[in-house]
Amino acid sequence: MSDKFRKTLLTIIFIGFLFVVAWLADTYLDEYVMRVVRTGLVYITAAVSYNLINGIAGQFSLGPNGFMALGGYMVALLMLPLEQKEFVWFLQPLIWPFRVFSFAKPFFPLAVALGGVAGALGALVVGVPSLRLRGDYLAIATFGFSQIIIVLANNLIPVTNGALGIKGIPEYANVYQCLAWAIVTVLVISNLANSSYGRAMKSIRDDEVAAEAMGIPIFKHKLLAFVVSGFFAGVAGGLMASLITTVSPSFFSFSMTFNLLIIIVLGGLGSITGSTITAFGFTIVSEALRFVESPIDIGPIHIPGISGMRMLVFSLLLVLLMIFCRRGLFGQKEISWDYVLSRFGNCSQGVRTCPQKTEQS
Amino acid sequence: MSLGSLYALLAIGYTMVYGILRFINFAHSDIFMVGAYSAFFFIVIFNIPWPLAAALAVCFTALVGMTIDRVAYRPVRDAPRISALITAVGVSSFIENLGLVTVGARPKAFESPQFMSRVFHIGSVTITGVAIWVPIITFGLLAVMIYIVYRTKIGMAMRSVSTDIEATRLMGVDVDKVISYTFALGSALAAAGGILWACKYPKITPLMGVYPGWKAFTAAVVGGIGSIPGAMIGGFIIGLIEVMTVAVSPNLSGYRDGVVFLVLVVFLLVRPTGILGETLKEKV
Repeated sequence: MSDKFRKTLLTIIFIGFLFVVAWLADTYLDEYVMRVVRTGLVYITAAVSYNLINGIAGQFSLGPNGFMALGGYMVALLMLPLEQKEFVWFLQPLIWPFRVFSFAKPFFPLAVALGGVAGALGALVVGVPSLRLRGDYLAIATFGFSQIIIVLANNLIPVTNGALGIKGIPEYANVYQCLAWAIVTVLVISNLANSSYGRAMKSIRDDEVAAEAMGIPIFKHKLLAFVVSGFFAGVAGGLMASLITTVSPSFFSFSMTFNLLIIIVLGGLGSITGSTITAFGFTIVSEALRFVESPIDIGPIHIPGISGMRMLVFSLLLVLLMIFCRRGLFGQKEISWDYVLSRFGNCSQGVRTCPQKTEQS
Repeated sequence: MSLGSLYALLAIGYTMVYGILRFINFAHSDIFMVGAYSAFFFIVIFNIPWPLAAALAVCFTALVGMTIDRVAYRPVRDAPRISALITAVGVSSFIENLGLVTVGARPKAFESPQFMSRVFHIGSVTITGVAIWVPIITFGLLAVMIYIVYRTKIGMAMRSVSTDIEATRLMGVDVDKVISYTFALGSALAAAGGILWACKYPKITPLMGVYPGWKAFTAAVVGGIGSIPGAMIGGFIIGLIEVMTVAVSPNLSGYRDGVVFLVLVVFLLVRPTGILGETLKEKV
């Protein structure tokens, strides 16, 4: 049994195990908890895709909320039932192709994938001009583009219904769909990160000039990272749209990017494991922290609920992280099968002291 | 004209910090908000007369700017650029949410002084005091600013830090102090901008700084980031573009923010150094 085959088998078993856990959770846990779980899974997709461009390719983008918006609107337009479409666009009719059809339930994954395609196309359009820029200029250019997308969403009423948003999207994003997309994202991006493309991206991150001198086509690799990242951001946006059954420009505002930024920084820029774990953890913690915003009575002291308190805590956390613990929880390390096997010592063909996929930095 | 001069005031803060530290102070737009709010509280709560309150607010905001630099930015100064950027995004969000938590999201009515709200009639044209006073005050502040940067010792230190930080340190200049001073100066201008903005649009909210901030930043990029005269020119250009968009076609008024971002993106792509900016050589 070759090493590679065994790892593939382990991955398949692990995925099966995850689905069994999801089934058990779906059967025994209540609706509210499952909603948190699904949100967490969607955040995994979004955060891991964002980490590809920010952490692995090292290009600081502030645009994922724009690509998520593209995906979200795409899914909304494809999945919304016809009678609901007439109801939503009562002022101005919806533009032609979307006015005459809508997808049935079995085609939901296709709609989400098309949402991903919308995100990828958006990333291509944004990336081709702006990836020539570096550092802060790139950050601003991507921010500018994502703001333009949001401004368009606010004003193109025949497509997006403006600031009112689109309501009544069927809630097809069940826990299995969310889990499947999260797994696909993690698998695709971790395989990409460990391929020759991924190594090229990491070399660009570490020293762009040196990478160029080594003959790596910089622009091509940056664009690849950007488009793949845009695809999965679109997927996440589409799932999110179905999960909360509504899309609006304010939902995909900059605070979405900000949350994702906290997640990937906390998990460690460049660590897919880190992003996955913190994305899930962040969702749970931000639900748990809701009590901060509700009125609290401690003995005679009454603290009225203040909304915005959670964001205050999160932004403070981000700044503190940057000052004191810049590498996040995982740094650039990954938990891979090599690592797990060598840890538990049942690797018959000799234990690697330095696991292949784990980077010591 | 008055809109453009407000953008110019804000743009200088961005440009000064970028010129010295090569880093975008995302929190600058929130310092602008702090300026407006502190003036509001000085007037309403302490009942201080308007000019004194405005001056106090400017000083207070300068102090806030220095504190932000000391607490958040100095520890990450030697870190990779991306860390400094993330910190700045974090600080910006922190101040905004602190504003939301402490003063609440409900807009407050800013009381502008008599000479600002008076209406002048010149022939058949009616002009509000704001439209006259804002450019005048702005030009006054800009003159002071240019005097400080180009004619005083600390200004010389600031310019030398922006040229070569290491060499300046070797010359025995306390670089951290100069940077603090830069933040104070930039924040003071932002506060003045915030107060004048509040006179022009007398509705202040904790998120009031976000859009003016980005437009001012665009102005700094258009004028050539790092260059103070460039920031002024850029401010007026952006103000003009914004007003013209609405004037040319009222249907486009929903897109006015989009137009400014489009200008930003186009300038970044075509001429990232802006109108007056110098081309930066890449250091390996």
